[in-house]
Amino acid sequence: MNFNLAIPTQLTIALGPDLLLMFGAMVLLLFAAWRPESARHQRSVGVWSLVLTVLTLNATIWYLYRGNTAGPGPIAVDNFRWMADIIILLGAGCTIALSIDDNERKGIHAGESHVLVLLAASGMMLLVAARDMMIVFLGIEVMSISIYCLAGINRRSARGAEGALKYFLLGAFSTAFLLYGIALVYGATGATNLSVIGERIVSLHMLKSPILLIGMALMLVGFGFKVSTVPFHMWAPDVYDGSPSPITGFMAATVKAAAFVAFLRIWLEAFPAAAPSWHLAVAGLAAATMVIGNAIGLAQRNVKRMLAYSSIGHAGYLLVAIAASSELGASAMLFYLLAYSLATFAAFGIITVLEGETDKPLTLDDFAGLWTVRPWLAVGMTVAMLSLMGFPIFGGAGFMAKWYVLQAALQAPLPQVKLAVVLVLTTVISAGYYLYMVMVMFMRPRGEGIAAPRATPPLTRVVIVGAIALVIYLGVNPNWTTRAALAGTPVLSRAPLPVVAYPTGVPAGR
Amino acid sequence: MLLQHAAAAGTHPLSGTIAEWVWLLPLLPLLGFVINGLASLLSASHLGPDDPSLAHGPHGADGHAPHDGADAHGAHGDDHHPVVRHRYATLASIVGPAVLALSFALALAIFLAMRGAGEMASPFVQTYFSWMPVGDLQVDAAFQLDQLSMVMVLIITGVGTLIHIFSVGYMQDDPGYPRYFAYLNLFVFFMLLLVLGANYPLLFIGWEGVGLCSYLLIGFWFSEKANADAGKKAFIVNRIGDFGFLIAMFLLFANLGTLSFTGVQAGAASLGFGGVLVTTICLFLFLGCTGKSAQIPLYVWLPDAMAGPTPVSALIHAATMVTAGVYLIARSNFLFSLAPVASLVVVLIGALTALFAASIGLKQWDIKKVLAYSTVSQLGYMFVGVGSGAYVAGIFHLMTHAFFKALLFLGSGSVIFAMHRAYHHTHNHDDAQDMRNMGGLARYMKVTWVLMWIATLAISGVPFFSGFFSKDEILGGVFLRARESTLAEAHLFGIPGSYILYLCYVIGLAAAFMTAVYMTRMMIYTFHGPNRTGDREREHLAEAPWVMTGPLVVLGILSAVGGWFNLPKLIPFGPLGGLEHWLEPVVGESTLRVTNGVLPEASHGLELALVVAAVAIGLLGIFYAYSQLKPDRLVPKREAPGEEGFARVLNNKWYVDEAYDKAIVQPVVSTSRGLLWRGVDTGLIDGVMVTGSQKLAQVVGWAGSQLQSGQVGTYAWVLVIGVLAVIGAFTLR
Repeated sequence: MNFNLAIPTQLTIALGPDLLLMFGAMVLLLFAAWRPESARHQRSVGVWSLVLTVLTLNATIWYLYRGNTAGPGPIAVDNFRWMADIIILLGAGCTIALSIDDNERKGIHAGESHVLVLLAASGMMLLVAARDMMIVFLGIEVMSISIYCLAGINRRSARGAEGALKYFLLGAFSTAFLLYGIALVYGATGATNLSVIGERIVSLHMLKSPILLIGMALMLVGFGFKVSTVPFHMWAPDVYDGSPSPITGFMAATVKAAAFVAFLRIWLEAFPAAAPSWHLAVAGLAAATMVIGNAIGLAQRNVKRMLAYSSIGHAGYLLVAIAASSELGASAMLFYLLAYSLATFAAFGIITVLEGETDKPLTLDDFAGLWTVRPWLAVGMTVAMLSLMGFPIFGGAGFMAKWYVLQAALQAPLPQVKLAVVLVLTTVISAGYYLYMVMVMFMRPRGEGIAAPRATPPLTRVVIVGAIALVIYLGVNPNWTTRAALAGTPVLSRAPLPVVAYPTGVPAGR
Repeated sequence: MLLQHAAAAGTHPLSGTIAEWVWLLPLLPLLGFVINGLASLLSASHLGPDDPSLAHGPHGADGHAPHDGADAHGAHGDDHHPVVRHRYATLASIVGPAVLALSFALALAIFLAMRGAGEMASPFVQTYFSWMPVGDLQVDAAFQLDQLSMVMVLIITGVGTLIHIFSVGYMQDDPGYPRYFAYLNLFVFFMLLLVLGANYPLLFIGWEGVGLCSYLLIGFWFSEKANADAGKKAFIVNRIGDFGFLIAMFLLFANLGTLSFTGVQAGAASLGFGGVLVTTICLFLFLGCTGKSAQIPLYVWLPDAMAGPTPVSALIHAATMVTAGVYLIARSNFLFSLAPVASLVVVLIGALTALFAASIGLKQWDIKKVLAYSTVSQLGYMFVGVGSGAYVAGIFHLMTHAFFKALLFLGSGSVIFAMHRAYHHTHNHDDAQDMRNMGGLARYMKVTWVLMWIATLAISGVPFFSGFFSKDEILGGVFLRARESTLAEAHLFGIPGSYILYLCYVIGLAAAFMTAVYMTRMMIYTFHGPNRTGDREREHLAEAPWVMTGPLVVLGILSAVGGWFNLPKLIPFGPLGGLEHWLEPVVGESTLRVTNGVLPEASHGLELALVVAAVAIGLLGIFYAYSQLKPDRLVPKREAPGEEGFARVLNNKWYVDEAYDKAIVQPVVSTSRGLLWRGVDTGLIDGVMVTGSQKLAQVVGWAGSQLQSGQVGTYAWVLVIGVLAVIGAFTLR
């Protein structure tokens, strides 16, 4: 149906999955607080959280297939949103599933940790739905505050506490920039609604207005922090390293995905006319992020820090899709986020298996000779690494994702040839650590005194196997996302955001 | 017409029949590969990680299967280990052949359904999913079932099943037993993909896949350097051919915008008859064929490929994979029939290869080498067939060759098995494959002897054996097309095509003579005359177990009566031209195009004359060999003097390997070593780029870690600098 978002009931229905998750999370929060902390209670809260995630996922898919549309309003009702929601909910599900086992092993009995993941996810869903700066801000804050808490959820870990505090301080700092940016944009255009801003920039001839330009610049900084682009990335390695691994995966994949989707929506709906003004800054950030993220990644021996820099590098690739500023870029970005999330969760799932009892960070030495003791884990990690690197076939979806982004960059209205070249070259650099990891697992002997990894807990195994299987499946048959999105009537709230389509423009009938 | 309409409307006569299950054909061997591969992996990982050489069984490569290759045996010192069967041997012996047998049964059922469906004018294409939609390129994962692919599927699964069964006996004591079956199953999977794929890219995947499996199986006993080198040689030589295949595909796509067989067939006419473009495409395709099907100049890998286990030689390097080039040309008949000049090149290369390889076969002592050159030579015949537009004759010879050459190879495997066992008992390290060490084996292995004679008579073209019909049809086809065809009207290097075709006919006859000679020579030296194996060893010579002789018997029957599949008109009984009629919907149009629209008809007298010439030359070869060769004068390899004169040139294979080494390999190696390795690789890439990027990464990492101090204040400052830079990028311009 076509929602009229001015009518409260219809707005409520249009927010269905988001509200379901939010209210469910509230109930579970009460449930978590109901009993004293214990390992068993932690697990049951976790399992119920998983159930809620799956329910919300079903609701989202149902909304996707219904093909609802909406008139102008504060939120978007389009397939772009539902696809982003699916990525977010998959990420939340993986995080909770990994956390249940990980918390149990580390003696974290706080059942609230799962509820916090749910709350963060509901913030993200709000964020990807937002078509109004206020909703954007609301979503970002709901998401961020939950994530700050999650980063420090392991109260016994000094590194965790340090990381959480840093994340909070710098996050607050950057949120100030974002808010200031929103205020300036509002000052320039008198609107907070994205499409209205877009129209007014043109109708009021604001393109040269310093207020608008500085406002956009500050918003770019705010988002740059959330998605960890260079030079706003400094928090990421410390925070990723200190947080529990499932939460690190959540931050590296899902938080980034949600922030990028909102980033893209704002830039394409509110600022398309201002592209000449922001293009240089976005392209510069993209290039710097790709180069520096991957170059520093080479020097890491701590695996989680390595993946932190890898995730910074991926933020650079995704910025290329934004710089393309086209429908192709949008669809390429969604596919990239899905592929990247799956590979990341597979990798972090394996990391949780290998982590010891102590707080000692995992290094490459812990992976040496993994093939000889746990061949399947080594194979899984290899697929994850190859996927992150964008290796064809064995890397599954990772290759297709990079390919789509490259296509989007080259076929953009203003072809981004230089960025495409940087993307390919930095991918070569990234092979230096992704393949090194593979080499270490298969060719190095297992070091003396490095204990064999513990058995993989069932839920963790489900996550790893599921993520790897999806990565490979999407590599062979990437059209699945297209079909899922096209199953509903793909009418968008506004033209520039299509559903994932073939980035290369195959006629619809074939 | 009605049928075409029905096909267009989506109701192909085969839809709804068992042919819908065509996807299961390759999937079954793939399943076998997975099971056997897991069995191999699991048994390897239980041995522990300490010694990688242990990963392939407790004996390393010193297994008890007969080692092919002259010095394979001698290198190991005392090899009298207790025989240890692989722990998953029973599983692999059941799964390996069973998946093939099931696949064959399914193929038979589909074949019957096709016959039941009556005339089938268009191929049955099943599309599973869109595999590669990139821009204008649309490649589907689709299978195409038509009369041609059906013939190939039946050959592959049928002969494949027999060879799998044979392998159960031949490889029984090998430490890599499940690995062997895993590779063999995988090979069949790719081979079926090759013949069932509905477009060139899918065919190419199968093409590369069988190449991979061939490489893995040639180097199966990879701890011998020579075997591993042979594998690499096959791989590298094939890459040259694949380059041609790829270029052909690029050209096809660039000009026709499609790569599916039906699409290319529909668009082929737009390329124009005899145009430069279609000729170029066909020549590049043929370059691919010379690699895969071992034709001049890329045939050199096939004889070396005999380093693999003998059943592998039978399946991959004789019956199926090497015929992929012939299949490719028959499949692309709609292109080759438009390019008479390219077709002439195919015929000429085929004929020259047939003659050249046969001449080398005359003076080889290794029993498998004789058969290897014989295979190269016979493949040459097939190319003469498909090149001259006698597509049915080419495919017919492909089929009969699959029967008799598989039989010959498996028979030689049986001989080597017996020789090896005899040597093994007495700790003798002589060469189990050298014919000078054999002789008189007929007394010890009656079944093998009789069956190999059947195959020898078939390949020599003795009347009423299978090879007689197919070879005769090829030679007759060339002769008739020299009189009247588009090929005869074309010119190659200014020489009229008809002259070239007549020349090729004569070359074909000469090669047929040599074929009869070297095959008879092989039989005489192996099975007749006095035994030269050794006095103690002789007691241990015995026939192979039934699991090996059984498949030989089946192949023997097929070699004898395989001609029935396509009897010529000259024979006044039986089903006339069965295969020709069967393949008519696929190649009929192209065949007619080559012959200017008239079926090549010879007068009864001429046809009789051609047959008599072919028969006479074959019988002459046999009698010549019988009268000239004196097996009593042979001495075992150890005591044998070197060859002299022209025999030495032939024994050394015309020094082609040496010439290639001097002309191509060494220049490439020295360029690689001097310029590419020392200069580009160590100097530029390692020195500047790798070390440089390492240095750069170190510098960046150092700078990063200086900034990454852990101090929030520092981070905030970096952030502020970033903010200023971003604002600058927005406003300063």
